[in-house]
Amino acid sequence: MLETALSGSRRYYTLVAALLFFILVGASMYLMQLKYGLGYTTGLGRDVSWGFYIAQLTYLVGVAASAVMVVLPYYLHDYKAFGRITILGEFLAVPAVLMCLLFVIVDLGRPDRLFNIILYPTPNSVLFWDMIVLNVYLLLNIVIGWTVLESERNEVAPPKWVIPLILLSIPWAPSIHTVTAFLYAGLPGRGYWLTAIMAPRFLSSAFAAGPSLLILLALLVRKYTKFDPGREQIQSLAKIVTYAILINVFFFFCEVFTVFYSQIPEHMLHFQYLFQGIDGKARLVPWMWFAIVGMSTAALLMVSPKIRENETTLALTCGLIIITTYIDKGLGLMTGGFVPNPLERVVEYWPTIPEALISLGVYSLGFLILTVLYKVAVSVKEEIKA
Amino acid sequence: MGMDRREFIKIAGLSTLFGLGAKSAWELLRPGQVEAALTAGAQPLAAKRWAMVVDMRKLDDATAQRCIEVCHQIHNVPDFSKPVNPKDGVSPEEQIRWQVKWIWTDPYHNAFPGAHQEVMSDRVHHMNFLLLCNHCDNPPCVRVCPTQATFRRADGVVMMDMHRCIGCRYCMAGCPFSARSFNWRDPRPYIKDTYPDYPTREPGMVEKCDFCAKRLAKGQLPACVVESRGALIFGDLTDDKSEVRQTLKQNFTIRRKAHLGTNPQVYYIV
Repeated sequence: MLETALSGSRRYYTLVAALLFFILVGASMYLMQLKYGLGYTTGLGRDVSWGFYIAQLTYLVGVAASAVMVVLPYYLHDYKAFGRITILGEFLAVPAVLMCLLFVIVDLGRPDRLFNIILYPTPNSVLFWDMIVLNVYLLLNIVIGWTVLESERNEVAPPKWVIPLILLSIPWAPSIHTVTAFLYAGLPGRGYWLTAIMAPRFLSSAFAAGPSLLILLALLVRKYTKFDPGREQIQSLAKIVTYAILINVFFFFCEVFTVFYSQIPEHMLHFQYLFQGIDGKARLVPWMWFAIVGMSTAALLMVSPKIRENETTLALTCGLIIITTYIDKGLGLMTGGFVPNPLERVVEYWPTIPEALISLGVYSLGFLILTVLYKVAVSVKEEIKA
Repeated sequence: MGMDRREFIKIAGLSTLFGLGAKSAWELLRPGQVEAALTAGAQPLAAKRWAMVVDMRKLDDATAQRCIEVCHQIHNVPDFSKPVNPKDGVSPEEQIRWQVKWIWTDPYHNAFPGAHQEVMSDRVHHMNFLLLCNHCDNPPCVRVCPTQATFRRADGVVMMDMHRCIGCRYCMAGCPFSARSFNWRDPRPYIKDTYPDYPTREPGMVEKCDFCAKRLAKGQLPACVVESRGALIFGDLTDDKSEVRQTLKQNFTIRRKAHLGTNPQVYYIV
């Protein structure tokens, strides 16, 4: 099936070439980072020791996990309409997890020692489990997606051995995001992260942002190819997004209530930094207000059937959801956890241009894989129709 | 020993080439002496549970600075504000971001956040507390490390294997005391006099105070303890006769963020 990725329109080749260019830019910046150290390329430091890279990991784990939102209704509830687009979910999960793994690697000080995680397996470390769940999820989605698509091409039922894998992939999806939340939620000295609702919040924002992205991708696929993912499918995804974003906003206010009604400084200080600023240091304040106001607005907009059913307003609202959850979970979550530091000093962080270019390189690689996989999937779908 | 280090390495290296192990080479040259050589010299200092008391009544700022200097000197800790070559100078903002510190001072409200008093004695208010890794009994850094590059020794010292560390910095997120430093840049251009008895580092891994494990092995007290002239007391917490335990029994002490349950083993007398 891979051969279908080798022939395409002029636009397809242009896209691939552009992505390759950004990958090269990112790779060359990464070589600088390898040579001169993370301090040279990034804005990280002893007080904010994780930043843009780990934020992308967190966000993309959510995107990957959200594939379950098309797989589950189809396989568990026999919701036939999603049969057309499960492949889009699975083939979105593959590059998303790959990007997660790459973002961990570009964040490492000594990537040459990466395999120490396997050589000295340490079950008490959540990072060890994150490595396992992400890799297994990656494998599951490659195998399932490819096998089911191949059967579809040959117009036969998928082989029986793939069914248990599909069933396994359903609980596995929330598990990857739960484990990622546990990376942060169990640390004693970080008040912003020390909350039991972190994993639920991660899941709700993932199930809002991931299907939003799927809706946009489905609209793009419809516009640029002969394969139509279907209006009903998009509308069903929109309902999933609506519930998830409402729950996400609700969870956020649960957090705000606990923190501000209890008035415990260790927890409050981080929110104050993010939404008010401390000692005039307030770099994230406009971003955070935009994120929470935008997210709440988007949630209300999605409730209205008029806005949801019009595909233009739906696409715009989905875009708003993607951006606002990204700010909240990317920039806000990571920096907010580290500022103020455990000695209650405010040392701010902002990603540098090389850091952004390395991230763009990783995103381009992910998007290239997504493009190739979607090209294969769409070619097969067009072939069957023809 | 009748042979210096360089000579030994030469012969041992050559004999490895010829398929002999280093130890057997030594056995050929000096039969029966390898064990003797290893145990020769001062007895290592041993304890069931190392602990430290910082007596702030006796510690003045100048002494604290000397403790910091000697520690950072013998552990080759870089000072980004003092490049060996002026062309390697970095901005004040970068000096803060890339700072490596094993032991440092901070005022009360930074050392003990959450324990701040509305009105405080002037003495304590202006006090600069000497801070270092707490060598927690229940260390979160060890719990989170994915490679066991940071580990707790049986005697309680929380150690770093800088050759195993992958530089993920999970331990830095886990430590509630900011006691860990990452090598954001190559530290070597910022070490004035390289101390020969401790390795310098490369970019990309985490480091911290190790209670001078190397000195303990040679029967010496940690360098800061020696330099403090009695303000720092170091010893075995489980030994009823040890000075550290006696001091803890006779004085009221506080610990940093004890409520987090990490059980820090550095105690402060204010």
